[in-house]
Amino acid sequence: MFEFCEDPSTLETARWFACYLTNGVHFRFYQSFLTVLLLLAITAPVALAFGFAGAMASRSHVAPLRWIGKTYTAMVRGVPDIAFFLFFVIALDQALEWLAHQAACPDWTDPIRQGANFIVCDAAKIPQSNAPQWVHEAYNFGIAVFTFAIVFGAFAANVLFGAMRAVPRGQLETGEAYGMTHRQTFWRILVPQMWIYALPGLSNLWMILIKATPLLFLLGVEDIVYWARELGGSRTSQYQYPHPDWRLWYFLGLLVFYLGMTRISEILLGRLTRRLSRGQATMAGEDQRKAFA
Amino acid sequence: MSCLQTIQDYGLRSLGYGERLLPRGDITLCEQFTLIGSGMIWNVYFGALALMSGFFFAVALAVAKNSRPWITRKPAEWFIFIFRGSPLFIQFFLAYETFVLLPRVGIDINLGFAEITAETRWFARAWLGALIVLFLNTSAYAAEIFYGALRSVPKGDLEAADAYGLTGWTRFRRVVFPTTMRLAWPSYTNEAIFLFHATTLVYFSGFPAFQQKGDALYYAQYFADRTFNPFIPYPIVAGYFVILTLCIIMLFGMINARLNRHLPSETRSRLRYRPNLIR
Repeated sequence: MFEFCEDPSTLETARWFACYLTNGVHFRFYQSFLTVLLLLAITAPVALAFGFAGAMASRSHVAPLRWIGKTYTAMVRGVPDIAFFLFFVIALDQALEWLAHQAACPDWTDPIRQGANFIVCDAAKIPQSNAPQWVHEAYNFGIAVFTFAIVFGAFAANVLFGAMRAVPRGQLETGEAYGMTHRQTFWRILVPQMWIYALPGLSNLWMILIKATPLLFLLGVEDIVYWARELGGSRTSQYQYPHPDWRLWYFLGLLVFYLGMTRISEILLGRLTRRLSRGQATMAGEDQRKAFA
Repeated sequence: MSCLQTIQDYGLRSLGYGERLLPRGDITLCEQFTLIGSGMIWNVYFGALALMSGFFFAVALAVAKNSRPWITRKPAEWFIFIFRGSPLFIQFFLAYETFVLLPRVGIDINLGFAEITAETRWFARAWLGALIVLFLNTSAYAAEIFYGALRSVPKGDLEAADAYGLTGWTRFRRVVFPTTMRLAWPSYTNEAIFLFHATTLVYFSGFPAFQQKGDALYYAQYFADRTFNPFIPYPIVAGYFVILTLCIIMLFGMINARLNRHLPSETRSRLRYRPNLIR
Protein backbone atom coordinates (compact mmCIF):
# COMPACT_ATOMS: atom_id res chain seq x y z
CA MET A 1 0.00 0.00 0.00
CA PHE A 2 2.57 2.55 1.12
CA GLU A 3 6.00 2.89 -0.43
CA PHE A 4 7.88 2.43 2.83
CA CYS A 5 6.39 -1.04 3.23
CA GLU A 6 9.16 -2.75 1.25
CA ASP A 7 10.89 -4.22 4.30
CA PRO A 8 8.59 -4.24 7.35
CA SER A 9 11.25 -5.53 9.75
CA THR A 10 13.05 -2.16 9.71
CA LEU A 11 9.98 -0.04 10.47
CA GLU A 12 9.07 1.63 13.75
CA THR A 13 5.78 0.71 15.43
CA ALA A 14 3.32 3.20 13.93
CA ARG A 15 4.51 2.66 10.37
CA TRP A 16 4.69 -1.10 10.88
CA PHE A 17 1.02 -1.11 11.86
CA ALA A 18 0.14 1.16 8.93
CA CYS A 19 1.71 -1.41 6.61
CA TYR A 20 0.36 -4.42 8.47
CA LEU A 21 -3.23 -3.23 8.47
CA THR A 22 -3.17 -2.39 4.76
CA ASN A 23 -1.61 -5.56 3.35
CA GLY A 24 -3.43 -7.84 0.92
CA VAL A 25 -5.03 -10.27 3.35
CA HIS A 26 -6.33 -7.45 5.48
CA PHE A 27 -8.19 -6.05 2.52
CA ARG A 28 -9.87 -9.41 2.14
CA PHE A 29 -10.73 -9.18 5.85
CA TYR A 30 -12.30 -5.76 5.30
CA GLN A 31 -14.16 -7.14 2.29
CA SER A 32 -15.67 -9.83 4.45
CA PHE A 33 -17.40 -7.08 6.47
CA LEU A 34 -19.10 -6.16 3.20
CA THR A 35 -20.08 -9.84 2.82
CA VAL A 36 -21.84 -9.64 6.18
CA LEU A 37 -23.60 -6.40 5.24
CA LEU A 38 -24.56 -7.91 1.88
CA LEU A 39 -26.02 -10.92 3.65
CA LEU A 40 -28.08 -8.62 5.87
CA ALA A 41 -29.20 -6.52 2.91
CA ILE A 42 -30.38 -9.55 0.92
CA THR A 43 -31.71 -11.68 3.77
CA ALA A 44 -33.87 -9.03 5.44
CA PRO A 45 -36.23 -8.38 2.49
CA VAL A 46 -36.30 -12.03 1.39
CA ALA A 47 -37.07 -13.22 4.92
CA LEU A 48 -39.77 -10.56 5.19
CA ALA A 49 -41.30 -11.81 1.94
CA PHE A 50 -41.17 -15.42 3.20
CA GLY A 51 -42.70 -14.30 6.46
CA PHE A 52 -45.46 -12.37 4.71
CA ALA A 53 -46.28 -15.38 2.55
CA GLY A 54 -46.23 -17.61 5.63
CA ALA A 55 -48.52 -15.29 7.60
CA MET A 56 -50.92 -15.00 4.65
CA ALA A 57 -50.97 -18.77 4.31
CA SER A 58 -51.74 -19.21 8.03
CA ARG A 59 -54.75 -16.90 7.63
CA SER A 60 -55.97 -18.63 4.50
CA HIS A 61 -59.45 -20.10 4.25
CA VAL A 62 -58.10 -23.04 2.28
CA ALA A 63 -57.24 -25.71 4.83
CA PRO A 64 -54.12 -27.30 3.21
CA LEU A 65 -52.60 -23.86 2.63
CA ARG A 66 -53.31 -22.95 6.25
CA TRP A 67 -51.65 -26.15 7.44
CA ILE A 68 -48.56 -25.37 5.39
CA GLY A 69 -48.41 -21.87 6.86
CA LYS A 70 -48.90 -23.13 10.41
CA THR A 71 -46.29 -25.84 9.99
CA TYR A 72 -43.81 -23.35 8.62
CA THR A 73 -44.25 -20.96 11.54
CA ALA A 74 -44.20 -23.80 14.05
CA MET A 75 -41.06 -25.24 12.44
CA VAL A 76 -38.61 -23.01 14.23
CA ARG A 77 -40.28 -23.38 17.61
CA GLY A 78 -38.50 -25.52 20.10
CA VAL A 79 -35.52 -26.30 17.91
CA PRO A 80 -32.19 -24.44 18.04
CA ASP A 81 -31.70 -22.30 14.95
CA ILE A 82 -28.17 -23.52 14.47
CA ALA A 83 -29.48 -27.06 13.95
CA PHE A 84 -31.54 -25.65 11.11
CA PHE A 85 -28.54 -23.91 9.64
CA LEU A 86 -26.43 -27.04 9.66
CA PHE A 87 -29.32 -29.12 8.33
CA PHE A 88 -30.44 -26.89 5.49
CA VAL A 89 -27.01 -26.37 4.02
CA ILE A 90 -26.53 -30.07 3.35
CA ALA A 91 -30.19 -30.73 2.61
CA LEU A 92 -30.47 -27.92 0.06
CA ASP A 93 -27.23 -28.93 -1.58
CA GLN A 94 -28.37 -32.53 -1.93
CA ALA A 95 -31.84 -31.52 -3.09
CA LEU A 96 -30.41 -29.33 -5.86
CA GLU A 97 -27.97 -31.99 -6.97
CA TRP A 98 -30.71 -34.60 -6.94
CA LEU A 99 -32.94 -32.43 -9.12
CA ALA A 100 -30.08 -31.72 -11.50
CA HIS A 101 -29.31 -35.42 -11.55
CA GLN A 102 -32.88 -36.30 -12.51
CA ALA A 103 -32.76 -33.77 -15.32
CA ALA A 104 -29.25 -34.38 -16.63
CA CYS A 105 -28.80 -38.14 -16.35
CA PRO A 106 -32.16 -39.89 -16.73
CA ASP A 107 -30.57 -43.23 -17.68
CA TRP A 108 -28.41 -43.50 -14.54
CA THR A 109 -29.13 -46.83 -12.88
CA ASP A 110 -26.95 -46.91 -9.73
CA PRO A 111 -28.60 -45.82 -6.49
CA ILE A 112 -27.72 -42.28 -5.43
CA ARG A 113 -27.29 -43.18 -1.75
CA GLN A 114 -24.65 -45.88 -1.60
CA GLY A 115 -24.12 -46.53 2.08
CA ALA A 116 -22.40 -43.46 3.40
CA ASN A 117 -22.04 -41.80 0.00
CA PHE A 118 -24.21 -39.48 -2.00
CA ILE A 119 -23.29 -40.01 -5.65
CA VAL A 120 -24.74 -38.15 -8.59
CA CYS A 121 -23.44 -38.09 -12.15
CA ASP A 122 -20.74 -35.58 -13.00
CA ALA A 123 -23.03 -33.40 -15.10
CA ALA A 124 -25.26 -32.88 -12.04
CA LYS A 125 -22.56 -31.63 -9.69
CA ILE A 126 -23.42 -28.14 -8.46
CA PRO A 127 -21.31 -26.15 -9.04
CA GLN A 128 -19.39 -27.97 -11.75
CA SER A 129 -16.06 -29.24 -10.47
CA ASN A 130 -14.16 -27.28 -13.13
CA ALA A 131 -15.96 -24.04 -12.29
CA PRO A 132 -13.80 -21.11 -11.16
CA GLN A 133 -13.31 -20.45 -7.45
CA TRP A 134 -15.69 -17.51 -7.29
CA VAL A 135 -18.58 -19.66 -8.53
CA HIS A 136 -18.04 -22.02 -5.60
CA GLU A 137 -17.93 -19.10 -3.19
CA ALA A 138 -21.02 -17.48 -4.69
CA TYR A 139 -22.86 -20.80 -4.51
CA ASN A 140 -21.96 -21.25 -0.85
CA PHE A 141 -23.04 -17.70 -0.12
CA GLY A 142 -26.30 -18.18 -2.03
CA ILE A 143 -27.14 -21.31 -0.02
CA ALA A 144 -26.30 -19.46 3.19
CA VAL A 145 -28.57 -16.54 2.28
CA PHE A 146 -31.39 -18.90 1.39
CA THR A 147 -30.98 -20.79 4.67
CA PHE A 148 -31.04 -17.57 6.69
CA ALA A 149 -34.12 -16.44 4.76
CA ILE A 150 -36.00 -19.67 5.47
CA VAL A 151 -35.26 -19.63 9.20
CA PHE A 152 -35.84 -15.93 9.71
CA GLY A 153 -38.85 -16.04 7.41
CA ALA A 154 -40.48 -18.41 9.88
CA PHE A 155 -39.79 -15.98 12.73
CA ALA A 156 -41.12 -13.09 10.65
CA ALA A 157 -44.24 -15.07 9.74
CA ASN A 158 -44.92 -15.49 13.44
CA VAL A 159 -44.58 -11.75 14.05
CA LEU A 160 -46.63 -10.70 11.01
CA PHE A 161 -49.39 -13.18 11.83
CA GLY A 162 -49.71 -11.60 15.26
CA ALA A 163 -49.65 -8.10 13.75
CA MET A 164 -52.43 -8.95 11.29
CA ARG A 165 -54.60 -10.10 14.17
CA ALA A 166 -53.78 -6.96 16.19
CA VAL A 167 -55.37 -4.54 13.71
CA PRO A 168 -58.66 -3.52 15.33
CA ARG A 169 -61.61 -5.49 14.03
CA GLY A 170 -63.61 -2.28 13.59
CA GLN A 171 -61.23 -1.09 10.90
CA LEU A 172 -61.86 -4.18 8.82
CA GLU A 173 -65.62 -3.94 9.40
CA THR A 174 -65.54 -0.39 8.08
CA GLY A 175 -63.94 -1.71 4.90
CA GLU A 176 -66.63 -4.36 4.59
CA ALA A 177 -69.31 -1.73 5.20
CA TYR A 178 -67.97 0.21 2.23
CA GLY A 179 -68.52 -2.87 0.09
CA MET A 180 -64.88 -3.85 -0.32
CA THR A 181 -64.14 -7.44 -1.16
CA HIS A 182 -62.09 -9.65 1.13
CA ARG A 183 -59.00 -9.06 -0.98
CA GLN A 184 -59.51 -5.29 -1.07
CA THR A 185 -59.93 -5.07 2.71
CA PHE A 186 -56.76 -7.06 3.14
CA TRP A 187 -54.59 -4.93 0.90
CA ARG A 188 -56.12 -1.50 1.51
CA ILE A 189 -57.01 -1.63 5.21
CA LEU A 190 -55.15 -4.43 6.93
CA VAL A 191 -51.70 -4.30 5.33
CA PRO A 192 -51.08 -0.53 5.66
CA GLN A 193 -52.06 -0.62 9.34
CA MET A 194 -50.36 -3.80 10.45
CA TRP A 195 -46.80 -2.50 10.27
CA ILE A 196 -46.94 -0.48 13.46
CA TYR A 197 -48.05 -3.58 15.34
CA ALA A 198 -45.39 -5.67 13.64
CA LEU A 199 -42.58 -3.20 14.21
CA PRO A 200 -41.55 -4.16 17.77
CA GLY A 201 -41.34 -7.80 16.75
CA LEU A 202 -39.61 -7.04 13.47
CA SER A 203 -37.02 -4.75 15.06
CA ASN A 204 -36.32 -7.46 17.59
CA LEU A 205 -35.89 -9.85 14.67
CA TRP A 206 -33.51 -7.48 12.92
CA MET A 207 -31.32 -7.32 16.01
CA ILE A 208 -31.33 -11.10 16.15
CA LEU A 209 -30.47 -11.32 12.46
CA ILE A 210 -27.47 -9.06 13.00
CA LYS A 211 -26.33 -11.24 15.85
CA ALA A 212 -26.84 -14.42 13.83
CA THR A 213 -24.47 -13.35 11.04
CA PRO A 214 -21.35 -14.89 12.66
CA LEU A 215 -23.00 -18.25 12.04
CA LEU A 216 -22.04 -17.75 8.39
CA PHE A 217 -18.70 -19.10 9.53
CA LEU A 218 -20.30 -22.45 10.26
CA LEU A 219 -21.83 -22.53 6.79
CA GLY A 220 -18.43 -22.47 5.15
CA VAL A 221 -18.44 -18.84 4.02
CA GLU A 222 -15.22 -16.89 4.48
CA ASP A 223 -16.74 -14.28 6.74
CA ILE A 224 -15.31 -12.00 9.40
CA VAL A 225 -14.98 -14.77 11.99
CA TYR A 226 -13.01 -16.87 9.53
CA TRP A 227 -10.64 -14.02 8.75
CA ALA A 228 -10.28 -12.97 12.38
CA ARG A 229 -9.14 -16.48 13.28
CA GLU A 230 -6.97 -16.68 10.20
CA LEU A 231 -5.20 -13.35 10.64
CA GLY A 232 -5.00 -13.41 14.41
CA GLY A 233 -3.11 -16.67 14.67
CA SER A 234 0.54 -16.26 15.60
CA ARG A 235 3.04 -15.70 12.79
CA THR A 236 6.65 -16.83 13.00
CA SER A 237 9.54 -14.79 11.68
CA GLN A 238 9.28 -16.56 8.35
CA TYR A 239 6.33 -14.34 7.58
CA GLN A 240 6.58 -10.77 6.46
CA TYR A 241 4.73 -9.51 9.52
CA PRO A 242 5.61 -11.76 12.46
CA HIS A 243 3.42 -11.35 15.54
CA PRO A 244 2.23 -13.44 18.50
CA ASP A 245 -1.31 -14.75 18.88
CA TRP A 246 -3.53 -11.71 18.33
CA ARG A 247 -6.87 -13.44 17.89
CA LEU A 248 -8.10 -11.84 21.12
CA TRP A 249 -7.67 -8.36 19.61
CA TYR A 250 -9.30 -9.32 16.34
CA PHE A 251 -12.31 -10.70 18.16
CA LEU A 252 -12.45 -7.55 20.28
CA GLY A 253 -12.62 -5.65 17.00
CA LEU A 254 -15.54 -7.80 15.87
CA LEU A 255 -17.28 -7.25 19.20
CA VAL A 256 -17.00 -3.49 18.75
CA PHE A 257 -18.29 -3.82 15.17
CA TYR A 258 -21.38 -5.69 16.34
CA LEU A 259 -22.00 -3.34 19.26
CA GLY A 260 -21.84 -0.43 16.80
CA MET A 261 -24.29 -2.14 14.44
CA THR A 262 -26.70 -2.76 17.32
CA ARG A 263 -26.50 0.84 18.53
CA ILE A 264 -27.07 2.32 15.06
CA SER A 265 -29.99 -0.03 14.47
CA GLU A 266 -31.54 0.95 17.80
CA ILE A 267 -31.42 4.63 16.88
CA LEU A 268 -32.78 4.12 13.35
CA LEU A 269 -35.56 1.79 14.49
CA GLY A 270 -36.56 4.33 17.15
CA ARG A 271 -37.02 6.92 14.42
CA LEU A 272 -38.94 4.47 12.24
CA THR A 273 -41.31 3.71 15.12
CA ARG A 274 -42.10 7.41 15.51
CA ARG A 275 -42.66 7.74 11.76
CA LEU A 276 -45.00 4.75 11.57
CA SER A 277 -46.97 5.80 14.65
CA ARG A 278 -48.15 8.91 12.82
CA GLY A 279 -51.92 8.91 12.45
CA GLN A 280 -52.35 5.44 13.99
CA ALA A 281 -55.05 4.54 16.47
CA THR A 282 -52.49 3.66 19.12
CA MET A 283 -51.27 5.39 22.24
CA ALA A 284 -48.12 6.65 20.51
CA GLY A 285 -50.09 7.94 17.54
CA GLU A 286 -52.54 9.68 19.86
CA ASP A 287 -49.68 11.34 21.74
CA GLN A 288 -48.20 12.65 18.49
CA ARG A 289 -51.58 14.06 17.45
CA LYS A 290 -51.99 15.85 20.77
CA ALA A 291 -48.48 17.28 20.64
CA PHE A 292 -49.18 18.60 17.14
CA ALA A 293 -52.58 20.07 17.88
CA MET B 1 -25.10 -55.68 18.33
CA SER B 2 -28.30 -55.17 20.21
CA CYS B 3 -29.63 -51.75 21.02
CA LEU B 4 -29.29 -52.37 24.75
CA GLN B 5 -25.60 -53.04 24.26
CA THR B 6 -25.30 -49.78 22.31
CA ILE B 7 -26.96 -47.86 25.10
CA GLN B 8 -24.52 -49.39 27.58
CA ASP B 9 -21.59 -48.47 25.36
CA TYR B 10 -22.58 -44.98 24.33
CA GLY B 11 -25.16 -43.81 26.86
CA LEU B 12 -22.56 -41.83 28.85
CA ARG B 13 -20.08 -41.39 26.02
CA SER B 14 -20.33 -37.59 26.20
CA LEU B 15 -18.95 -37.75 29.76
CA GLY B 16 -16.11 -40.03 28.72
CA TYR B 17 -17.47 -43.37 29.95
CA GLY B 18 -18.04 -46.44 27.82
CA GLU B 19 -16.75 -47.17 24.35
CA ARG B 20 -13.96 -44.82 23.34
CA LEU B 21 -14.28 -45.06 19.56
CA LEU B 22 -17.33 -43.44 18.06
CA PRO B 23 -19.41 -45.65 15.74
CA ARG B 24 -18.22 -45.73 12.17
CA GLY B 25 -18.98 -47.69 9.03
CA ASP B 26 -22.57 -48.87 9.17
CA ILE B 27 -24.27 -46.56 11.63
CA THR B 28 -27.53 -47.78 13.08
CA LEU B 29 -30.47 -45.64 14.07
CA CYS B 30 -30.05 -46.81 17.66
CA GLU B 31 -26.47 -45.54 17.78
CA GLN B 32 -27.57 -42.15 16.52
CA PHE B 33 -30.37 -41.88 19.08
CA THR B 34 -28.13 -43.01 21.94
CA LEU B 35 -25.12 -40.86 21.20
CA ILE B 36 -27.11 -37.70 20.46
CA GLY B 37 -29.12 -38.30 23.61
CA SER B 38 -25.88 -38.69 25.52
CA GLY B 39 -24.79 -35.33 24.14
CA MET B 40 -27.97 -33.77 25.54
CA ILE B 41 -26.44 -34.21 29.01
CA TRP B 42 -24.12 -31.33 28.24
CA ASN B 43 -26.92 -29.14 26.89
CA VAL B 44 -28.92 -29.67 30.05
CA TYR B 45 -25.83 -29.14 32.23
CA PHE B 46 -24.92 -25.82 30.59
CA GLY B 47 -28.49 -24.58 30.43
CA ALA B 48 -29.54 -25.53 33.95
CA LEU B 49 -26.44 -24.26 35.74
CA ALA B 50 -26.23 -21.00 33.79
CA LEU B 51 -29.90 -20.35 34.35
CA MET B 52 -29.86 -21.04 38.07
CA SER B 53 -26.77 -18.98 38.80
CA GLY B 54 -27.73 -16.29 36.29
CA PHE B 55 -31.09 -15.67 37.94
CA PHE B 56 -29.60 -14.08 41.06
CA PHE B 57 -27.07 -12.01 39.16
CA ALA B 58 -29.83 -10.86 36.81
CA VAL B 59 -32.00 -9.66 39.70
CA ALA B 60 -29.03 -7.75 41.13
CA LEU B 61 -28.29 -6.21 37.71
CA ALA B 62 -31.91 -5.20 37.20
CA VAL B 63 -32.03 -3.51 40.59
CA ALA B 64 -28.70 -1.80 39.85
CA LYS B 65 -29.94 -0.55 36.50
CA ASN B 66 -33.06 0.78 38.14
CA SER B 67 -31.12 2.54 40.90
CA ARG B 68 -30.56 6.29 41.09
CA PRO B 69 -26.81 6.56 41.84
CA TRP B 70 -24.58 6.81 38.82
CA ILE B 71 -21.99 4.45 40.22
CA THR B 72 -24.29 1.40 40.25
CA ARG B 73 -26.50 2.32 37.30
CA LYS B 74 -23.86 2.88 34.63
CA PRO B 75 -21.91 -0.37 35.04
CA ALA B 76 -25.14 -2.36 34.95
CA GLU B 77 -26.31 -0.54 31.81
CA TRP B 78 -23.00 -1.16 30.08
CA PHE B 79 -22.87 -4.80 31.08
CA ILE B 80 -26.36 -5.39 29.71
CA PHE B 81 -25.65 -3.47 26.52
CA ILE B 82 -22.44 -5.35 25.79
CA PHE B 83 -23.82 -8.81 26.36
CA ARG B 84 -27.14 -8.18 24.64
CA GLY B 85 -25.65 -6.16 21.79
CA SER B 86 -23.08 -8.64 20.57
CA PRO B 87 -23.45 -12.16 19.20
CA LEU B 88 -23.05 -15.00 21.68
CA PHE B 89 -20.87 -16.70 19.10
CA ILE B 90 -18.34 -13.86 19.22
CA GLN B 91 -18.52 -13.82 23.03
CA PHE B 92 -17.58 -17.50 23.07
CA PHE B 93 -14.61 -16.92 20.77
CA LEU B 94 -13.45 -13.90 22.71
CA ALA B 95 -13.73 -15.69 26.04
CA TYR B 96 -11.89 -18.72 24.76
CA GLU B 97 -9.00 -16.65 23.39
CA THR B 98 -8.81 -14.77 26.68
CA PHE B 99 -8.86 -17.92 28.81
CA VAL B 100 -6.15 -19.54 26.68
CA LEU B 101 -3.86 -16.61 27.38
CA LEU B 102 -4.22 -16.97 31.16
CA PRO B 103 -1.02 -17.99 32.94
CA ARG B 104 -1.00 -21.64 33.91
CA VAL B 105 -1.17 -21.88 37.67
CA GLY B 106 -2.81 -24.31 40.01
CA ILE B 107 -4.38 -23.51 43.35
CA ASP B 108 -4.82 -26.23 45.93
CA ILE B 109 -8.23 -26.28 47.52
CA ASN B 110 -8.73 -28.30 50.66
CA LEU B 111 -12.23 -29.69 50.77
CA GLY B 112 -11.69 -31.36 54.13
CA PHE B 113 -12.08 -34.89 52.84
CA ALA B 114 -10.03 -34.48 49.67
CA GLU B 115 -7.62 -32.04 48.15
CA ILE B 116 -8.15 -30.87 44.59
CA THR B 117 -6.02 -28.59 42.49
CA ALA B 118 -7.97 -25.84 40.75
CA GLU B 119 -6.13 -24.93 37.60
CA THR B 120 -6.56 -21.90 35.37
CA ARG B 121 -6.42 -24.37 32.47
CA TRP B 122 -9.98 -25.30 33.37
CA PHE B 123 -11.17 -21.95 32.05
CA ALA B 124 -10.18 -22.99 28.53
CA ARG B 125 -12.31 -26.12 28.89
CA ALA B 126 -15.91 -26.01 27.81
CA TRP B 127 -17.38 -27.21 31.10
CA LEU B 128 -16.15 -24.10 32.92
CA GLY B 129 -15.28 -21.51 30.26
CA ALA B 130 -18.45 -21.86 28.21
CA LEU B 131 -20.52 -22.02 31.39
CA ILE B 132 -19.12 -18.65 32.49
CA VAL B 133 -19.97 -17.07 29.13
CA LEU B 134 -23.49 -18.51 29.19
CA PHE B 135 -23.93 -17.35 32.77
CA LEU B 136 -22.94 -13.77 31.91
CA ASN B 137 -25.01 -13.80 28.73
CA THR B 138 -28.22 -15.08 30.28
CA SER B 139 -27.75 -12.69 33.21
CA ALA B 140 -27.74 -9.76 30.80
CA TYR B 141 -30.82 -10.92 28.89
CA ALA B 142 -32.74 -11.80 32.05
CA ALA B 143 -31.68 -8.54 33.70
CA GLU B 144 -33.26 -6.57 30.86
CA ILE B 145 -36.48 -8.57 31.26
CA PHE B 146 -36.50 -8.04 35.04
CA TYR B 147 -35.69 -4.36 34.60
CA GLY B 148 -38.66 -3.95 32.27
CA ALA B 149 -40.87 -5.72 34.81
CA LEU B 150 -39.46 -3.63 37.65
CA ARG B 151 -40.40 -0.47 35.78
CA SER B 152 -43.97 -1.68 35.33
CA VAL B 153 -44.71 -2.56 38.94
CA PRO B 154 -48.11 -0.88 39.48
CA LYS B 155 -47.98 2.41 41.34
CA GLY B 156 -50.80 1.23 43.59
CA ASP B 157 -48.66 -1.61 44.90
CA LEU B 158 -45.95 0.80 45.95
CA GLU B 159 -48.46 3.17 47.54
CA ALA B 160 -49.96 0.28 49.45
CA ALA B 161 -46.47 -0.66 50.68
CA ASP B 162 -45.94 2.94 51.79
CA ALA B 163 -49.28 2.93 53.57
CA TYR B 164 -48.24 -0.12 55.54
CA GLY B 165 -45.00 1.62 56.47
CA LEU B 166 -42.83 -0.81 54.55
CA THR B 167 -39.48 0.58 53.49
CA GLY B 168 -36.18 -0.51 52.07
CA TRP B 169 -35.41 -4.21 52.03
CA THR B 170 -38.76 -5.28 53.48
CA ARG B 171 -40.63 -3.35 50.81
CA PHE B 172 -38.49 -4.92 48.09
CA ARG B 173 -38.82 -8.44 49.40
CA ARG B 174 -42.52 -8.34 50.21
CA VAL B 175 -43.95 -6.14 47.45
CA VAL B 176 -41.63 -5.16 44.61
CA PHE B 177 -39.84 -8.45 44.02
CA PRO B 178 -42.89 -10.75 43.91
CA THR B 179 -44.73 -8.43 41.55
CA THR B 180 -41.66 -8.16 39.33
CA MET B 181 -41.41 -11.92 39.11
CA ARG B 182 -45.09 -12.23 38.27
CA LEU B 183 -44.77 -9.70 35.48
CA ALA B 184 -41.49 -11.03 34.14
CA TRP B 185 -42.16 -14.76 34.31
CA PRO B 186 -43.65 -15.33 30.81
CA SER B 187 -40.72 -13.52 29.14
CA TYR B 188 -38.27 -15.24 31.44
CA THR B 189 -39.63 -18.59 30.30
CA ASN B 190 -38.79 -17.67 26.72
CA GLU B 191 -35.33 -16.60 27.80
CA ALA B 192 -34.81 -19.96 29.48
CA ILE B 193 -35.86 -21.81 26.35
CA PHE B 194 -33.49 -19.81 24.20
CA LEU B 195 -30.66 -20.26 26.62
CA PHE B 196 -31.02 -24.02 26.22
CA HIS B 197 -31.00 -23.57 22.47
CA ALA B 198 -27.91 -21.40 22.71
CA THR B 199 -26.00 -24.15 24.49
CA THR B 200 -25.69 -25.91 21.13
CA LEU B 201 -23.22 -23.22 20.06
CA VAL B 202 -20.61 -24.17 22.64
CA TYR B 203 -18.71 -26.80 20.69
CA PHE B 204 -18.84 -24.81 17.45
CA SER B 205 -17.16 -21.76 18.86
CA GLY B 206 -13.58 -22.43 19.73
CA PHE B 207 -14.08 -24.57 22.81
CA PRO B 208 -12.71 -27.93 21.73
CA ALA B 209 -14.50 -31.19 22.46
CA PHE B 210 -11.76 -33.20 24.19
CA GLN B 211 -11.76 -36.88 23.22
CA GLN B 212 -14.92 -36.21 21.23
CA LYS B 213 -16.92 -35.48 24.35
CA GLY B 214 -19.45 -33.11 22.85
CA ASP B 215 -23.06 -32.03 23.02
CA ALA B 216 -26.07 -33.21 21.02
CA LEU B 217 -25.41 -31.06 17.98
CA TYR B 218 -21.75 -32.01 17.96
CA TYR B 219 -22.65 -35.68 17.59
CA ALA B 220 -25.40 -34.90 15.10
CA GLN B 221 -22.87 -33.12 12.92
CA TYR B 222 -20.50 -36.05 13.33
CA PHE B 223 -23.18 -38.41 12.00
CA ALA B 224 -24.19 -36.03 9.21
CA ASP B 225 -20.57 -35.82 8.09
CA ARG B 226 -20.10 -39.59 8.33
CA THR B 227 -23.23 -40.70 6.53
CA PHE B 228 -23.65 -37.60 4.38
CA ASN B 229 -27.31 -37.86 5.25
CA PRO B 230 -28.65 -34.91 7.26
CA PHE B 231 -32.21 -36.23 7.29
CA ILE B 232 -31.72 -38.52 10.28
CA PRO B 233 -29.40 -36.91 12.89
CA TYR B 234 -30.77 -33.36 12.75
CA PRO B 235 -34.42 -34.38 13.15
CA ILE B 236 -33.27 -36.47 16.14
CA VAL B 237 -31.68 -33.36 17.69
CA ALA B 238 -34.85 -31.44 16.88
CA GLY B 239 -36.95 -34.11 18.57
CA TYR B 240 -34.83 -34.07 21.71
CA PHE B 241 -35.01 -30.31 21.90
CA VAL B 242 -38.76 -30.23 21.43
CA ILE B 243 -39.04 -32.59 24.40
CA LEU B 244 -36.64 -30.44 26.43
CA THR B 245 -38.60 -27.30 25.52
CA LEU B 246 -41.86 -28.92 26.62
CA CYS B 247 -40.26 -29.89 29.95
CA ILE B 248 -39.08 -26.29 30.49
CA ILE B 249 -42.51 -24.91 29.66
CA MET B 250 -44.10 -27.35 32.10
CA LEU B 251 -41.65 -26.54 34.90
CA PHE B 252 -41.91 -22.80 34.41
CA GLY B 253 -45.67 -23.08 34.06
CA MET B 254 -45.80 -24.70 37.50
CA ILE B 255 -43.73 -21.87 38.98
CA ASN B 256 -45.97 -19.38 37.21
CA ALA B 257 -49.05 -20.97 38.73
CA ARG B 258 -47.39 -20.79 42.16
CA LEU B 259 -46.50 -17.11 41.66
CA ASN B 260 -50.09 -16.27 40.74
CA ARG B 261 -51.78 -18.54 43.27
CA HIS B 262 -53.57 -15.64 45.00
CA LEU B 263 -55.50 -14.77 41.84
CA PRO B 264 -58.82 -16.35 40.82
CA SER B 265 -57.98 -19.02 38.29
CA GLU B 266 -59.67 -17.36 35.29
CA THR B 267 -57.67 -14.15 35.55
CA ARG B 268 -54.30 -15.84 35.89
CA SER B 269 -52.04 -15.02 33.03
CA ARG B 270 -51.28 -18.14 31.12
CA LEU B 271 -47.80 -18.75 29.82
CA ARG B 272 -47.54 -18.08 26.13
CA TYR B 273 -44.51 -19.23 24.30
CA ARG B 274 -43.48 -16.65 21.73
CA PRO B 275 -40.28 -17.71 20.07
CA ASN B 276 -38.70 -14.70 18.51
CA LEU B 277 -35.35 -14.53 20.18
CA ILE B 278 -32.01 -16.00 19.33
CA ARG B 279 -28.65 -14.63 19.99
